[in-house]
Amino acid sequence: MKINKQFKMQSFKKIYTRVTQLTKATCTLEATGVGYEEMALVDGKSAQVIKINGRNVTLQVFEGTEGIKTDAEVMFLGKAPSLRLSDELGGRFFNAYGEPIDGKYKPQGKELEIGGPSVNPVRRKQPFDLIETGIAGIDLNNTLLAGQKIPFFADADQPYNSVIAIVALRANADRIILGGIGLSNDDYLYFKNLFTNTDMPERIIGFINTTEDPAVERLLIPDMTLTAAEYFAVEKNEKVLVLLTDMTLYCDALSIVSNRMDQIPSKDSMPGSLYSDLAKIYEKSVQLPSGGSITMISVTTISEGDITHSIPDNTGYITEGQLFLRRDTEIGKVIIDPFRSLSRLKQLVIGKQTREDHPQVMNAAIRLYADAAKAKTKLENGFDLSDYDKRALKFAKEYARHLLAIDVNINISRMLDISWNLFKQNFQPDELGIRKKFIDEYWTKATGVIEEDKNSEEGNMSFVNTSFKQRNKLDVKWQ
Amino acid sequence: MRTGKVKGIISNLVIVAADSAVAQNEICHIRLGKIFLKAEVIKVIGSDAYVQVFENTRGLKVGDEVIFQGHLLEVTLGPGILSKKYDGLQNDLDKVDTVFLSSGYSTDALDMNSEWNFIPLAKQGEIVFAGCWLGEVKEKNIPHKIMVPFKLDGEYQIKSIAEAGRYKITDTIAMLRDKNGNEIEVSMVQKWPVIKPLKGYREKLRPYKLLETGIRVIDMMNPMAEGGTGFIPGPFGSGKTVLQHAIARQAKVDVVIMVACGERANEIVEIFVEFPQLNDPQTGGKLIDRTVIIANTSNMPVASRQASVYTGITIAEYYRAMGLKVLVLADSTSRWAQALREMSNRMEELPGPDAFPMDLPSVISNFYARAGEVKLLNDKSGSITLVGTVSPAGGNLKEPVTEATKKATHSFYALSQSRADSKRYPAIDPIESYSKFLEYPEVVLYLQQTIAPNWKTEVVKMKDRLLQGREAMEQINILGDDNVPVEYHEKFWKAELIDFVVLQQDAFDNVDAFTSLERLYDMQTKIAEICEMHFQFSSYEEVGVFFRSIINLFKQINYSIYQSEEFKNFNRQLDKILNENKQTV
Repeated sequence: MKINKQFKMQSFKKIYTRVTQLTKATCTLEATGVGYEEMALVDGKSAQVIKINGRNVTLQVFEGTEGIKTDAEVMFLGKAPSLRLSDELGGRFFNAYGEPIDGKYKPQGKELEIGGPSVNPVRRKQPFDLIETGIAGIDLNNTLLAGQKIPFFADADQPYNSVIAIVALRANADRIILGGIGLSNDDYLYFKNLFTNTDMPERIIGFINTTEDPAVERLLIPDMTLTAAEYFAVEKNEKVLVLLTDMTLYCDALSIVSNRMDQIPSKDSMPGSLYSDLAKIYEKSVQLPSGGSITMISVTTISEGDITHSIPDNTGYITEGQLFLRRDTEIGKVIIDPFRSLSRLKQLVIGKQTREDHPQVMNAAIRLYADAAKAKTKLENGFDLSDYDKRALKFAKEYARHLLAIDVNINISRMLDISWNLFKQNFQPDELGIRKKFIDEYWTKATGVIEEDKNSEEGNMSFVNTSFKQRNKLDVKWQ
Repeated sequence: MRTGKVKGIISNLVIVAADSAVAQNEICHIRLGKIFLKAEVIKVIGSDAYVQVFENTRGLKVGDEVIFQGHLLEVTLGPGILSKKYDGLQNDLDKVDTVFLSSGYSTDALDMNSEWNFIPLAKQGEIVFAGCWLGEVKEKNIPHKIMVPFKLDGEYQIKSIAEAGRYKITDTIAMLRDKNGNEIEVSMVQKWPVIKPLKGYREKLRPYKLLETGIRVIDMMNPMAEGGTGFIPGPFGSGKTVLQHAIARQAKVDVVIMVACGERANEIVEIFVEFPQLNDPQTGGKLIDRTVIIANTSNMPVASRQASVYTGITIAEYYRAMGLKVLVLADSTSRWAQALREMSNRMEELPGPDAFPMDLPSVISNFYARAGEVKLLNDKSGSITLVGTVSPAGGNLKEPVTEATKKATHSFYALSQSRADSKRYPAIDPIESYSKFLEYPEVVLYLQQTIAPNWKTEVVKMKDRLLQGREAMEQINILGDDNVPVEYHEKFWKAELIDFVVLQQDAFDNVDAFTSLERLYDMQTKIAEICEMHFQFSSYEEVGVFFRSIINLFKQINYSIYQSEEFKNFNRQLDKILNENKQTV
């Protein structure tokens, strides 16, 4: 049974033994002097105050109320859920209550309640620090910045966990904190093995709730993860990368709780407060003036690409863009869909920190890719293709293979060069709609030929520092 | 002092047992240890007051002390508001010097020690009413009028007024006497409850002037009128925010109030960073000097989201009463509606559609009704133009907030997902969107006088061409390229020309971002000319090739400074191509 030893010692607390009401997830009792959101133990099970009405206090029991008796021992702990913060968290894995699950000692440090206050907007710094991943679908089309929050929208069968793991390892972060929400045990072990086998395993921290744990416990994972992230970003000025997977399961847990609280559901059976609940989490991403930052990359699984469902819909309104994974049958690989993916912060760096032709090349390529999509529809409807259509289709296939596929690993200048070569291979300058200034400079330089595959190894090296090189050499296994 | 005790807590809804009378919407403070949480009464049953707390209620206990404040939620009005960054309750965020907004923070809205050069505008002995101008101070680049407090009813006589000179903001600058001989001291600061419209004007006028934004698809296709209302619904990623920021930067107004209601913090930071650097072309000052930002971002307490839109519009009304042109941008009103829904749900009210409260449409329409151009007591005029964004769930425009807003506003800028997907920005759908102002005879007259006599006719023709292009495209898609007459392709490509050249606009390019009315007229003339031309194409493939090449030239023109050498050069090249391909009849 999950009894927290530390909690058990606080025996001076008053113990109540008369539960007046029990539902699947909550129990109610008469008690006084109880604070809102205070933690409690009900027969050793963790619970939290969610409603107070006069003397009646309602507790949400995270593990469920199975077996709880009306004379159960209820002890209030005098504090909201909290975490002990220190550098000792590094390299460790914890459960939703911040207790170790890796068999090692419990870290010491200053205890802080999770889900703390939000950052004063005027103290934020505008994100400026480009995060290179080597994946063109990200770096070229949807450039990420430190302090950004962005989800992967993926169908359940797509390799999203491998993708975020690789993005995390390639990104130049001081700390990676994984919030595993309803992870399958296999995926948990995948992350654990991958992360502990890097050259700096102490960089990694995990707060894990697997499918074997109670669903409602998941609600604590994002706040635990972000409380740790804030410690390292604020106190230690570190660049922290937070991974949250899978946020859809977090939302499902929210809907379970709201349902049990008899709240009126809004769209898709989700609680009416879904937007605020998600915003509280995602808005923790920040670029601090002191140099520390919290970047958030999450996964929101969706059903058959449907982004009108409440969960991806509310997420999209909160996050700074989204990345769509899609299988391109033409090339037989998973790509980052250029149409529906977006990084809202890319405008801050592209063409400024990256080469000046970046914005226009990116837009032209996507527009031509859209033309190819139209041509494809024509083809499917049995119509003849014009010469332009055929060239667009040829371009699209090469573009997907050399740039959109998630197994690409090259630097941004190389991505731009490849784009120009693909343009030259298939189009005339006036079909691009690119500023003459850039045509004059880059069209002439382009060869129109793409050298095969010699890129991946050396391109990769040009943006990772020495200590990162080794990590990149690791053979990251695709699930 | 009227007090009460906490009796129950459900999230940010707290039930307070009140000791004596309380008023609906009265503000109270709940003591939590050393700090006070601000809250508002939203329902009263017997002696139980249901209050919504503007902060996190963690740690609150039954029996905690509550102190009622005897007033509604108020804003503080006076010189020094411009360029401030407030939260939804008008706390000055710059005065909170910590990185985190800890519970219970509170600041003065104005700089209470500031001094201003006061110039009297009224004389001793004059009869005045609420809203009459007593004097003015120079705030940034605008003459900030010091007005008779709006809370005063009836007529007053000026007993004395301060001479021109430097005064502290709280100094008495006038003494007024009411009919009964009671004397009232007036300083530069006054307060007003946000929920009530701030009046002090003679009458509201019908909009007749164009509000120039420099955004072609708005100014030409669906113009916004000064004092009018509009809204921008769109799914996420369709460019709502970029469009709103462009409007905030470019609109020809005196004061811009940006209400970030439940939106992303980084978007506000963008304004904090950019606006102090960008020049305001109208005054020569910086853009931040004419801007007030109400930042109640999505992670800040839900209850103050609702307050934030009212705080914004009340400040706008205050500046309008000075005879200024004010633009209010509320992003996004859906978040405000959601905040209403959360509260209504906690109070277990019977829900309306999508669990929103039943009175949502009337709440929204009352809010938009606070916009408008007014004739002040001194016959000068001031205006509030109000543009809200709506974030429809799932991009579905049939949801309650969009529908209610559509009824309450006059222009509608529908952002289309498919346009956004193909990077055709701004993604305003030219056919779905509308502006009722194009039907106002006074607006049409104004356009005739300021742009061109045949302007409206030309705009309608433009829209028709877009529609024809869309129909042609549908035919081509159904029948195939070969099986439709070449004219269909020509129609389709003429619409594409309008789309690429006029509708699409690069908000991140210094030149293309803003198009003056003069340049817009030039552009329209040229495009109309090409659309009226007949070309001789031997096959449909030629049509695309030809139009792609002229679109390319037009793009280069759009990126060139108006009437520059470069601009003229590209125009000459364009004329040459047109002449070569023009069919001689």
